[in-house]
Amino acid sequence: MNLQDIRTPALGQVLRPNVWDVVALVLIIGTMVALVYGGEQTTLPLSTLDVNPVSLDPANLPLYALRTTMRMLLAIACSIVFTFIYAALAAKSRRAEIVLIPLLDILQSVPILGFLTFTVVFFLNLFPGKVLGAELACVFAIFTSQAWNMTFSMYQSMRNVPKDLEEASQSFHLTGWQRFWRLDVPFAMPGLIWNTMMSMSGGWFFVVASEAITVGNTTVTLPGIGSYVALAIQEKNLTAIGYAILAMLLVIIAYDQLLFRPVVAWADKFRFEQTASASAPTSWMLDLFRRTRALRALTYPFTALNRAVSNLHIGFPRLAAASKGGSERQSRVIDAVWLATILAGTGYAAWKSYQYLSATLDLSDVVTTIGYGFITLARVAVLIALATLIWVPIGVWIGLRPKLAERIQPLAQFLAAFPANLAFPVFVVIIVRFGLSPNIWLSPLMILGTQWYILFNVIAGASAFPTDLREAAGSFHLKGWRWWVKVVLPGIFPYYITGAITASGGSWNASIVAEVASWGDTHLTATGLGAYIAKATEAGDFPRVVLGIAIMCVLVTLFNRLLWRPLYAFGERRLRLG
Amino acid sequence: MPLASAAFALANQEGCMLDQPNQPSLLDIRGVCRSFPKGSGEELLVLEKVDLTLRSGEIVGLLGRSGSGKSTLLRIIAGLVAPSSGDAKCRGEAIKGPPNGVAMVFQSFALFPWLTVLQNVELGLEALGIDSAERRKRALAAIDLIGLDGFESAYPKELSGGMRQRVGFARALVVHPDLLLMDEPFSALDVLTAETLRTDLIDLWIEGRLPIKSVLMVTHNIEEAVLMCDRILVFSSNPGRVAAEIKVDLPHPRNRLDPMFRQLVDSIYARMTQRPEPKTPALEGIPGSGVGMILNHVSSNVLSGLIETLAGPPYNGHADLPVLAGHLQLEADEIFHLGEALQLLRFAQLSEGDLMLSDAGKRFAHLETDARKRLFAEHLVNYVPVMGLIRRVLDERPSHSAPAARFRNELEDYMSEDYADETLKTIVSWGRYAELFAYDEQSELFSLENPH
Ligand SMILES: Nc1ncnc2c1ncn2[C@@H]1O[C@H](COP(=O)(O)OP(=O)(O)OP(=O)(O)O)[C@@H](O)[C@H]1O
Ligand SMILES: [Mg+2]
Repeated sequence: MNLQDIRTPALGQVLRPNVWDVVALVLIIGTMVALVYGGEQTTLPLSTLDVNPVSLDPANLPLYALRTTMRMLLAIACSIVFTFIYAALAAKSRRAEIVLIPLLDILQSVPILGFLTFTVVFFLNLFPGKVLGAELACVFAIFTSQAWNMTFSMYQSMRNVPKDLEEASQSFHLTGWQRFWRLDVPFAMPGLIWNTMMSMSGGWFFVVASEAITVGNTTVTLPGIGSYVALAIQEKNLTAIGYAILAMLLVIIAYDQLLFRPVVAWADKFRFEQTASASAPTSWMLDLFRRTRALRALTYPFTALNRAVSNLHIGFPRLAAASKGGSERQSRVIDAVWLATILAGTGYAAWKSYQYLSATLDLSDVVTTIGYGFITLARVAVLIALATLIWVPIGVWIGLRPKLAERIQPLAQFLAAFPANLAFPVFVVIIVRFGLSPNIWLSPLMILGTQWYILFNVIAGASAFPTDLREAAGSFHLKGWRWWVKVVLPGIFPYYITGAITASGGSWNASIVAEVASWGDTHLTATGLGAYIAKATEAGDFPRVVLGIAIMCVLVTLFNRLLWRPLYAFGERRLRLG
Repeated sequence: MPLASAAFALANQEGCMLDQPNQPSLLDIRGVCRSFPKGSGEELLVLEKVDLTLRSGEIVGLLGRSGSGKSTLLRIIAGLVAPSSGDAKCRGEAIKGPPNGVAMVFQSFALFPWLTVLQNVELGLEALGIDSAERRKRALAAIDLIGLDGFESAYPKELSGGMRQRVGFARALVVHPDLLLMDEPFSALDVLTAETLRTDLIDLWIEGRLPIKSVLMVTHNIEEAVLMCDRILVFSSNPGRVAAEIKVDLPHPRNRLDPMFRQLVDSIYARMTQRPEPKTPALEGIPGSGVGMILNHVSSNVLSGLIETLAGPPYNGHADLPVLAGHLQLEADEIFHLGEALQLLRFAQLSEGDLMLSDAGKRFAHLETDARKRLFAEHLVNYVPVMGLIRRVLDERPSHSAPAARFRNELEDYMSEDYADETLKTIVSWGRYAELFAYDEQSELFSLENPH
C-alpha cells in the first residue's frame, strides 16, 4: 500500500466504499486464512535456512547489494507481467472488472509487511527446506508492494484510450492482439513507467524489511543489505550500518542512472500529446546507446522480437458481452450466475474467516485492536500534518526558484526511494541513549522515508505554477498570508494531495516496522496497530495477524475514501491549472 | 516514384473499367435507422430511413447541420456502429464489422503518436498480413504520392496539422481501398492549409492517381462540398434524413468565384435555412418549441457583437448569410447557430439564406449595457420556455433555489445527454448575463440571490 494510485476512483465516481469493496476485503482475508491454515498444518523445522550466515564484513557488501538488487528486478518483472494480464482482463471483460478492480483497490491498502507473515509460511512450505522458498517469499513481498499501483495505472489507461485511435485500429482491421501491443500498451506506457518508477522507489523499503524476518519459530535470513543491517542491529554495530547506508546509496544511484533515466527518456515518445514539448527528459545512458553502434546492435533482437510478437495474428476471445436480441437474455443469465458465484464465494470466505478467527479471538480482541488502530491513525494524521507544515513552505520556496528546484528535485526523489528503515537504528540509538519515550519518539520513523513524497510533489507544483499568475499577484500587491491562501496554496493543492496520499499510505505500512525497534537486546515498543501486528507476527499468532491486517485495511480504505479521494477530486475539479 | 504511380494508376483504371451503369454498386444503404439511448432511458432516433447508393468513380458529400447524424452514418458504413434497422451493404455483402476495402480518414487525424510517419502508414498493411518488403514499398509509394517525402521517420507530433492529415490520407490510401470515407477531414486545419490539401487531393483524383474507386465525405462546409463533390446529400436534423440530393456538374478544377459556383452555394444555403427543422423530435403533442428545445451554446457576447455588426454598415440590418459567414470567417454551421439563437430571441429573422434584424434587435444595438441586459432578460423569459420555467420554479420555491438536476432530468426527456449538457450550459450562461438567476457550479444549484 506504499504507493497507491487512489487518485482516480475506479468504476464511476463512487467515493464511498461500496459493496464490492466489502466483497474484495472479505475475499482477501479469506485467502490469507486459507494460506495460513494450509501453512500451519505443515509447519516444518526450517532451521536448514540458516545455513549461510550473513557476516558484517564490508567486503561482502557488494555481493549482498547485488543479491538485493536481483530480488528487486525479479519482483519488478513479475509485477509487469502481472500488470499486463490483470489490467487487460479487467479492462476488456466487464464481468472480470466487477471483481478485479475492487480487489485491486483493497489489495493496495493491505499492509505488505503483515502480509509477509503468510507468504513466508506459504512459500517455505511450497519448497520445504530450500532457500528458494524464502527467496520467493521475499520477491513476493516486494511484488505485493509494487504491482497494485502499476496495474491500476495500466487499467485506467486502457479504459481511456482515445476513441479515434480505437476506431482507427478497428477500421484498419487490427486484431485484438495487435491492438493490445500497438495501441493499448504504448498508450499506457508513460503512466506505467512513472508508476513503475514509484514502485521501485517504494520497493527498496520492502526488500530491506523482508530479507530478515521472524515468523513464529521460523527465522529467515537471506543474504542481502536488509539482513546485513538486521545483524548489525543485533550486534550493535553502528559502523556497519553506516556501510550499509553507503552501499544502498550507490545502488540507488546506479539503478537510477543506468536503468530508469534511460527508460524514461526513451518512453517520452509514448506521451500522448500532439505537440512536441520543449524539455524532453534526457539520459546520458540512452544517448550512449543511441550513438554507439555496438550497443545499439544489442537492442536489435529485442526490436525484432517485439515486432514479430506484436504482429502475430491472434484474435482475443470476445470477452465483452454481445448485445443483441436472444444473446442479450443469455448474457443476463450469465451475469446472474456470475454474481451468484461471487456472492457465494464471498459468503463462504466470510464464514470460514469468522470460524477461524472466532476460535481464538472474541469481541474484546476486536475492540482493543480497533483501539490500537485509532492510535496509529492519530500518529499518521499528526505526522502528515507536521510534514505538511514543514515541507510545504520549503517546497514552495524551492519550486519558485527554477535553478534551485532543478538541483533539489532529484535529491528529494532520491530520498523518497531510499529505504528509511536502514536509518532507523541511528534514531533508535538516540532514543535509547537519552531514554526518550518510544510512544512519541518512535513515531517520526513512520514518516522518515515518506515525507519526501510531499516535498517533491510540492516542488513540482510550485515549479509548474504559471509565471503570469505570480506576476498578476505581484501587481495586485498580494502579500503575506493572503498570497499563500489565495495564490500559491490553491495552485499547488492537487500536487500536494498526490504527495500526501502517497506519504500517508507509506506511513501506515512503515508503522509495522517503526512502532517496534530494537538495538541489541533493548527492545522499544510504541502502542499501536503496527506494533500489534509486528508482535503477533513474531509470536506466530496468526489469528491476531489476520485481525490486525483486516483492521488496518479497513482504516486505510476508509481514510482514503472519506478524506483523500474527495480532496483529490476537489483539487482536480476546481484547482487544476491549465 | 514512377513504380508506385503506375501501380495506383492501374488500380484506378480497373475502377474506371468497372464503372459501367449495370455493375453492382459499391455501397448500398437501404432504410437504415439508428437510435441511441437517451439520458432518460428512452431511445433517441438519430437516423431515420436513410437510403444511399454509391458507385465507382464518384465523390459524394454528406452535408448537414451538427447532430444530424452524418458521422453516425459514416460509422455505420465503416462498420464501427451497427444500424438499429435496415440494410447496409458494401460490395454486395452486409456490413458486419469494418468491411474490407474501406478505409477511413479521421477529423482528428487519429495517428499513433508513438509510431513514425512510415510506421503509421504501414500499420494498415501489417494488419492485412502483407510481408515487410512489399509493405515498405507500398508505404513509401503512398508517402511519395501524398507529398510527405522526407518525413518518413518523423513522429506525428513534429508535423504541422496539414502534414499530419496527409499522413492520415497516406495511411488510408496505402491499403488501396475501394471506398475512402472521410469525416470532416479538413475541419481541424487552418483555412489555407485546408485549401491546399483539398486541391492536392482533387488534382490526384482527376489525374486518376488515387488507388481508390469512390469517396464519401462528411462536411458541414457548404463551399467545400461544392468544390469537391459530384453529388451532395443534404441531411435534415432530428431525426437525420436525406432531405435533398444535389448534383454538381461543374468541371474540375472548380473556381469559387465562378458565378455558377456561387449560385449553387447560395441555393444550398437557402435550402438549409428555408425550413428550419423543428429541433425537437415531435413527441406526443409536444411542440418543437417547448421546454425541450435544444439550445446551442452561443456566448451572449458573440450575440451582442453580431447584432451590432448587423445593425452597422454595410448590412444596416440585413445580411446575406454566405457573405456574413465570409466576413466573420465562420463556418456555415456556426452562422446558422448564431442566426437561430437570434431568431429564437426575436432579435432577428432568418429566411431564404438572409438574416434580418427585428425592431427589438435594432433597439438592442443602441442600448447601454444594463438596458441590454434587461431587454435580453425580458426576451429570454418570454421566448425561451425553459428560462421561464426555471424562473417560475425559483420564484415559487421558498428557498428560491433549485438543483440543476431538476431541470436536467426534464431536458433529458426530450434530448440526449450531450444536448442536455449543452442546453444547460447555454441556460446558465444566458441566465447569468441577463442576471435572471445565479448558478453555483460547486453545488450545481440555481438560485435567485446574487452571489455578492
Ligand atoms: N455513441 C453514441 N451514443 C449516444 N448518442 C450518440 C452516439 N453517437 C452519436 N450520438 C448522437 O447522435 C446524434 C448525431 O450525432 P453525429 O455525430 O452523427 O452527428 P453529426 O451530423 O456528425 O454532427 P457533427 O456535425 O457535429 O459532427 C447526436 O445527437 C449525438 O449526440
Ligand atoms: Mg460528425
